[in-house]
Amino acid sequence: MAAVQTRSERALNRVAITAVLVITLIFLAPIYWITSTAFKPRNLATTIPPTVLFQPEISPFVKLFTKRSQLRTAPTPEEYSAAPWWERMVFDGGEKIVRSGRGEVQPSGYPSRFMNSLIVAITSTVLAVGMGTFTAYGFSRFKVKGEADLLFFILSTRMLPPVVVAIPMFLMYRAVGLNDTHWGLIILYTAFNLSFSVWLMKGFIDEIPKEYEEAALVDGYTRMQAFFKIVIPEAATGIAATAVFCFITAWNEYAFALIMTNRRAQTAPPFIPSQVGSGLPDWTVIAAGTFLFLLPVAIFTFLLRNHLLRGMSFGAIRK
Amino acid sequence: MAHIELKGITKNFGDHTALQNMNLDIADGEFFVLLGQTGAGKTTTLRLIAGLEKPTAGQIFIDGRDVASWGAAERDVALVLQQYSLYPRYTVRENLEFPLKSPIRRVEPAEIKERVDRVARTLRIEHLLDRKTDRLSGGEMQRVSIGRAIVRKPRVFLMDEPLSALDAKLREALRTELKNLQMNLGATFLFVTHDQIEAMSMGDKIGVLNNGNLVQTGTPHEIYNNPVNTFVAGSVGSPPMNLIDGTIAGGEAVSDDGYRLPFANGHAIVTDGRPLTFGIRPEDLQLESGGAGKATVHDVENHGVAKIVTLRTGEKFIRATVPAQAVLRIEEKVRFSWNPEKVVLFDSRTGVSLRHAS
Repeated sequence: MAAVQTRSERALNRVAITAVLVITLIFLAPIYWITSTAFKPRNLATTIPPTVLFQPEISPFVKLFTKRSQLRTAPTPEEYSAAPWWERMVFDGGEKIVRSGRGEVQPSGYPSRFMNSLIVAITSTVLAVGMGTFTAYGFSRFKVKGEADLLFFILSTRMLPPVVVAIPMFLMYRAVGLNDTHWGLIILYTAFNLSFSVWLMKGFIDEIPKEYEEAALVDGYTRMQAFFKIVIPEAATGIAATAVFCFITAWNEYAFALIMTNRRAQTAPPFIPSQVGSGLPDWTVIAAGTFLFLLPVAIFTFLLRNHLLRGMSFGAIRK
Repeated sequence: MAHIELKGITKNFGDHTALQNMNLDIADGEFFVLLGQTGAGKTTTLRLIAGLEKPTAGQIFIDGRDVASWGAAERDVALVLQQYSLYPRYTVRENLEFPLKSPIRRVEPAEIKERVDRVARTLRIEHLLDRKTDRLSGGEMQRVSIGRAIVRKPRVFLMDEPLSALDAKLREALRTELKNLQMNLGATFLFVTHDQIEAMSMGDKIGVLNNGNLVQTGTPHEIYNNPVNTFVAGSVGSPPMNLIDGTIAGGEAVSDDGYRLPFANGHAIVTDGRPLTFGIRPEDLQLESGGAGKATVHDVENHGVAKIVTLRTGEKFIRATVPAQAVLRIEEKVRFSWNPEKVVLFDSRTGVSLRHAS
């Protein structure tokens, strides 16, 4: 269509832009809420209506990364002035940072849970996307006997709410000693994501003309070399989109992480709410944990944004 | 450079027979054109020779050696396709280097550069070397993909309608270029097309494919003047050969539309009363006042060098080529005759040329 727009088109455009703005605001509101709460003093966290303007603090993060105990009495002025700035913040909230025998600050469990989340989510994403890409390539390029049935079977693993199998899985994992291990969660999340990864990747690989690989075969390359040199770069968009999807699923998973892990391999999602229980719920600490928890997904998605934009237009690639 | 031979090749895809007992012999250094409609089995033939498909039955020989167990990489053939022929994301130079960088070839970097530059010079694409392939025009793309084929010095060039996606002018230019290239390289070419003009103008030999059957092979001259059946007669020439149903009676051809034309039966075949099809090229039909055939001018197409006249004879239409200066009006009554020596006789039922049948 030319650059000339009729009046009704312009009006329609304005309505569309307004609608997009409203929707964006609605989607961003909870993110703003959790982010702002992560920087609020404790007494402002639960005010109704929520405070919008306030002096931001980092005490929630100090609390998030340390172990603390509840103070029975207010700290003495000597204690207060001797304490470093971050301890003072905690005093104000009526808490005191716990120290070990040698006077070291006791760190909270959050960093290791966060690390567990990263290990489990990244490994299972790599596995699911990698295996999914190979499987999809096979289904896309070769005549597989019973292809439709096999693909349906792969998809059928998604047709039951996963929690249904939680108890049998728990018992099986206990029997083979996979409870509370990284590999236990990795296997589980890979299995969840694999079916989706196969289906998504098959769609993307079907879009790549097989003439490219055939040209490479004729040019003196093996099937495997052609796959890595031609198909993988062409499928990068699809791989990125699938990876983001798998990563978010694994990163967010709560129910199985709660059941299958408790300490060593516990991920951040079951850990963050467990902090509610100690003392009065401090929503600022939970918000701080959640805020940090959001960051990897945001960064990952941001890094792959160019691929994603093309990936979302699925099927409209090139041509 | 190589000699290619196909012996009794049959290829089925499920229930569908793409090629039926095909025998084909392409001499070393020959420009062989496979001509056929979509679905005739042209591309399948190329893919079989390239090693991208396996034949259901039959053998393929390259330089006398059965290549059944050879993969595509080992056969050392080059393939140029109609589209999707260049690797996306690569520059022109990278595309040209790609076959040379193959692990089975091990070409020295200095030689790669030299060969790429030489090919770029030959095809006049030097100024494009650093460009990404998605920023090329259709003609430039096909030049690059031809370049990617010749940079390797393969044994055989397989070309699958490489010019079909281009516009007419470019197609003509590249046609000449490709033919010159083939002669300079002295290479064996197997060129697939549905365009009979391409086939006639480029081929040393032409093979006509119909529905998976190789109907006729021969030089363009043979194919044009002596088609083996009405299918070949109708698929070569523009406009194609006129096919007139009739019989022979008393030394004359009697068309089903009623007109009679002189015809000496020089074939010594009993033809009296037998239903026949007379094949005559438009240029062998003349409009002349004393002609034996009567017709009405239905349509006139001016082609510059000549005019093509569509004549209505009763229910049927035939076409004749007349000089460009001829003045003809639509619906004008004209008389015509033919050059009896140029008439090709076909059996009406089977469509097979009587010259070939005997």
